[in-house]
Amino acid sequence: MMYDSKITSMHLDVLKEIGNIGAAHAATALSTLLNKKIDMKVPKVEMVSFDDMMDLAGGPESVVAGIYLRIEGDVTGSMFFVLPVEQANRFIRRLVQDETFDFQTGEVSEIGASAMQELGNILSGSYLSALSDFTRLKIYPTVPALSVDMVGAIISFGLVELSHISDYVIVIDTAIIEEDVPNEESVKGHFFLLPDPESFDAIFKALGVN
Amino acid sequence: MNAQGQIVKVGIADMNIAKAPDKIRTSGLGSCVGVVLYDERSTTVGMVHVMLPDSSLGRTETINIAKFADTGITAMVEQLKIEGIQSYKLKAKIAGGAQMFQFSSTRDTMRIGPRNVEAVKEYLKKYSIPILAEDTGGNSGRTIEFDPTTKLLNIRTVNQGVRNI
Repeated sequence: MMYDSKITSMHLDVLKEIGNIGAAHAATALSTLLNKKIDMKVPKVEMVSFDDMMDLAGGPESVVAGIYLRIEGDVTGSMFFVLPVEQANRFIRRLVQDETFDFQTGEVSEIGASAMQELGNILSGSYLSALSDFTRLKIYPTVPALSVDMVGAIISFGLVELSHISDYVIVIDTAIIEEDVPNEESVKGHFFLLPDPESFDAIFKALGVN
Repeated sequence: MNAQGQIVKVGIADMNIAKAPDKIRTSGLGSCVGVVLYDERSTTVGMVHVMLPDSSLGRTETINIAKFADTGITAMVEQLKIEGIQSYKLKAKIAGGAQMFQFSSTRDTMRIGPRNVEAVKEYLKKYSIPILAEDTGGNSGRTIEFDPTTKLLNIRTVNQGVRNI
């Protein structure tokens, strides 16, 4: 099995390219949905410790609206779409046209929650279908689940499977940058793609990388 | 050492020891369980951040002992023994083991929170360590901080505020 020791910087570059292709499609989908310019890019692909993974997401205690889904098919893994809660509020207010919507009131309206789930669905769907087209691998996302909570609590769930065999995770990080807003407000959302270790062989084989 | 004390941090699948006036904290517990072991007469305490129920689940040659309920609790009991605390004097406070997402699926990993709690309780029982307080289950993330002076476990959640147990 290819993991930990056998992953080279060339492999990480290939994964970064994969991430960029997925990100481009998801950015287009999100721009269309919100009718504004959204940029997504892959700042890094790296192998990190679980604690560093939490820091990538803003520190274990930062509060996010997080969508989690499993990937099934030729490639398996976990995918997260996490947004700082203020940014999630802005996106959902715009989508459901309700300026009072707030994920932090405890009681989240059903329409807001399902809008967030749908947003996760559309974005991860476009991200993953781009990967599927590119690699010709079958990749199926499951229905997403939503949680508004500390990012550490949310993401550690996706590390459980992996933690059986490793203390490190290869994370394909995709940052979401909302353009035309003041820099301090344009807090970044993230997609985190965490392929299961067994899946790396399939990905590299499909792309002709040894 | 100043009277204010520092915060000793425990990462995910990590363990550590703190002595008063320092406090010990682990952040963003979801399905993981934070286990605090202490002796009421001592101000030296240990905390383990358990991620998986059983080391037999590990498939690597060298394992991170703090990751599993069985090896983590055993290692902490041993470490506290080195600090001069006998295991028969130990008490525990535990928190975590939430189910962060609601799925229709019954896959085993989806129940990891409750399984971690069960495993922690089983191993504490093995060492006859009583659990004096717990805040487990539910579907909220928790940040926990233990004060070796007061022996109180402070639990912070996003939606349900802060409390001490």
